[in-house]
Amino acid sequence: MTPIIETPAAHVSRRNFFKVSSIIGGGIMFSAYIDTAEAATAWAMPGEPWVGEFTPNAFIKIFPDGMVNIVAKNPEIGQGVKNMLPMIIADELDVEWSKVRVEQGLFDMRVYQNQGAGGSTATPSNWMPMRRVGAAARAMLVTAAAATWKVPESECSTSAGVVMHTSGKKISYGDLCSAAASVTAPDLMTVKLKDPKDFKIIGTSQKGVDNKLVVTGKPLYGIDMVLPGMLYGCFVKCPVFGGKVVSANIDEIKKQPGVKHAFVVDGITPQQLNSLLPGVAILADSWWQAQTARKKLNVVWDEGPTASQSSIGFQAKSEELSKAAPQRSLKKDGDYDGAMKSATKTVEAAYFYPFLSHAPLEPQNTTAWFKDGKMEIWSPTQQPQSGSRSAAAVLGIPETDLTIHISRAGGGFGRRLNNDYLIEAAYIAKQVPEPVKILWTREDDIQHDFYRPAGWHYFSGGVDAKGALVAWRDHFVSFGEGNGWAASANLNPTEFPSGFVPNFTMDASVMSLGVPTGAMRAPGSNGISFAMQGFIDELSVAAGKDPVQFRLDILANAQPAPAPAAPPPSAAPGAAPGGGGRGGGGGGGGPRFDAARMRGVLQLVAEKSNWGKTKLPKGTGMGVGFHFSHSGYFAEVVQATVAKDGTLKVDKVWVAGDIGSQIINPIHAENQAQGCVLDGIAQAIGQEITIDKGRVVNTNFQTFPLLRMRQSCPVDVHWLRSENAPTGLGEPAMPPAIPALINAIYAATGKRIRTLPLSKHDLSWT
Amino acid sequence: MSVTFKVNGASKTVDVADDTPLLWVLRDHLDLKGTKFGCGIGQCGACTVHINGVATRSCQRRISTMANAEVLTVEGLSPEGTTPLQRAWLELDVPQCGYCQAGQLMSATALLKKTPKPTDADIDTAMSGNICRCTTYVRIRAAIHRAAEMTASTN
Repeated sequence: MTPIIETPAAHVSRRNFFKVSSIIGGGIMFSAYIDTAEAATAWAMPGEPWVGEFTPNAFIKIFPDGMVNIVAKNPEIGQGVKNMLPMIIADELDVEWSKVRVEQGLFDMRVYQNQGAGGSTATPSNWMPMRRVGAAARAMLVTAAAATWKVPESECSTSAGVVMHTSGKKISYGDLCSAAASVTAPDLMTVKLKDPKDFKIIGTSQKGVDNKLVVTGKPLYGIDMVLPGMLYGCFVKCPVFGGKVVSANIDEIKKQPGVKHAFVVDGITPQQLNSLLPGVAILADSWWQAQTARKKLNVVWDEGPTASQSSIGFQAKSEELSKAAPQRSLKKDGDYDGAMKSATKTVEAAYFYPFLSHAPLEPQNTTAWFKDGKMEIWSPTQQPQSGSRSAAAVLGIPETDLTIHISRAGGGFGRRLNNDYLIEAAYIAKQVPEPVKILWTREDDIQHDFYRPAGWHYFSGGVDAKGALVAWRDHFVSFGEGNGWAASANLNPTEFPSGFVPNFTMDASVMSLGVPTGAMRAPGSNGISFAMQGFIDELSVAAGKDPVQFRLDILANAQPAPAPAAPPPSAAPGAAPGGGGRGGGGGGGGPRFDAARMRGVLQLVAEKSNWGKTKLPKGTGMGVGFHFSHSGYFAEVVQATVAKDGTLKVDKVWVAGDIGSQIINPIHAENQAQGCVLDGIAQAIGQEITIDKGRVVNTNFQTFPLLRMRQSCPVDVHWLRSENAPTGLGEPAMPPAIPALINAIYAATGKRIRTLPLSKHDLSWT
Repeated sequence: MSVTFKVNGASKTVDVADDTPLLWVLRDHLDLKGTKFGCGIGQCGACTVHINGVATRSCQRRISTMANAEVLTVEGLSPEGTTPLQRAWLELDVPQCGYCQAGQLMSATALLKKTPKPTDADIDTAMSGNICRCTTYVRIRAAIHRAAEMTASTN
């Protein structure tokens, strides 16, 4: 078979090592230090790398009874990483999955270096390192068996936790524990890996390791944490971003039933929206008592300058900026003005997508205990590294005096990349002798998020007499200061169709923003795909071409010498980590857009959806969209029906994805892709965060609607295996669902939707 | 106020403020963490339990109304996960983050009790009060149908 192209993860540094040791009471432990940091350039974690000593981690423990414990090091937020990483190790170790127990790894940068959940990076950055860990342990067990039998290792093989010799002799891994404990570890870089055709676990469906705990209601999540003598609390922050406490009726709050402590927190200066904010802490014997006391709380706030900002104001400013000369050019190929003059047909359109909240179903919470000068934290965080660093700085203690237990998270979607809720709980806990659980209300969560930034794309484009796309301009209006973007508010100069249109101009203008923004599932791409693929659809109509064929034609038109990409813009101060739109053609060191892979998934989804061959009644239509993000290639077709009164029903979605040579855990991969798609549908249907007077107007799920069962639909997922190293799946299936839906509505009704959400549009037709 | 009621068959007495929602009594006073908090206004269904056999949002039910009531929570379904719905949830690998699933199971349990062989329309009606932010609806629907089959084949 064709060799697999390795990701940067394959280039493991010299610091990698592997060792074996005995466990007291029998059994052996395989430890490794695996440098996954350099592989994580696709998702650069903020801050400086750890420079201290590294400690080998016990990735694998084998017990005399043959049971195997494998550590899952990354936070589980519903993306299935707690299965995926141990499955890779177990396959190379050559044990049966039924004999594997998965342990959640404690946060420890000295051991794991990278334990974030974000950017769909767990697969590409751990694929080779985790294989090596499993393979090295297997090699040592073979060495131990061969030495015991006094036979050459080459005559030994393994299967299902047993070493076998050509003579027929067999010995289980459990029985090799003591012999293997004295074997010299192999070099991780040269240890023999399985031929992928011999994988027994990778590529098989393994159900979630915590599923039984989930369906029986066992304590599992951050919110379920209990400590002896623990107080429950809330932390009330200024509704206007950037506001401060002037005064509060603390004495009255302290008198409320069950309240043990109430105090003003000044926050840090200068204020950082992703760190400790000013506010009022109320701690009581129960959370309900803290909430009841909160109703009596009166705070005088200094709302600060953001109080003058609003969604209406942003819209007006955007229109003003769109009419002015752009503040800067992101990319310029060919002669856009000339091509528009000679184009047969031209189209102009303005697209808009709103601010969005992540709204993971488990509200933000953290339990913290400051005892004997040390801080212990239990938190559903996606990014314990930055949480640890920031909390230690705010608390004024060394990071070595701070422990973080990674709780299973009730969803993440990027919200928990910011650790504001962790930092505030740790700070509050440090002020009191008791352990403390701070839990937000849903209203706190929706009104104090790091929002997917709104964005405006002012497009114009032209096609020639043959229907080819010859001119494209996008004046992107977004948020930031000067040449810096607000977190996740950027546009990558290589974003498709950049590089595929001979006369191409991408400009940008930004306005100031006091509202915190951040990465949300498929950051950047989640809005950009809607705009780009919507406008491409409009151009396909102008060209008189089938929307799939028009896209295939563009993909076949790669421009020979792309202009050098502009340097990646820096994020604005207080920006969320990893916030950049890492969609598009892979700026920032990511992989380049491979048009052949996109053509592959586009053709596959057209085939599976019976595109162009299904006779549909008026009011029912199919739409298509594709997007490349997080190294994944996805093309999707939506079939939607719009009743005459405008009621929308999404009938079905077809998905074709290329995430490389392996679908590591197919049963979860399908679930993840379906979830991504329906997440996109939910956003398109009814979600918008509205800012007024510097605060969020939405309060709870009645004003920020999530998808419900009756709005759901079948989602048919198909994989195109390509000879590329496997990549992640938490995000890339999401973006194209939105334009595919919008384009389906056009096909059904002739109504072109250019602004989201759909709930603001009248879709009725006659 | 002191209130005595039954939870999963066992009598419990709590002494809390009379406006305390049943959700917080279950979670913070009786240490039954399976019932989840999602919105606090009866919109998401994560806190669904059965009260006297009826699926109810426990965040909207004050403890003062609970005297002598019988409550069933997810912990009371089967601690080993052996009810048809729990088995179907495991067989079809329904959860992603899993946070909403206790509430989904309680609503689905109430549905199957009333309608042993539900149609898709029945499922839409009975389950649309339960939000899954990970949108595992395709599998929740399939698992309810599967559980109905399992029940039918054992009867």
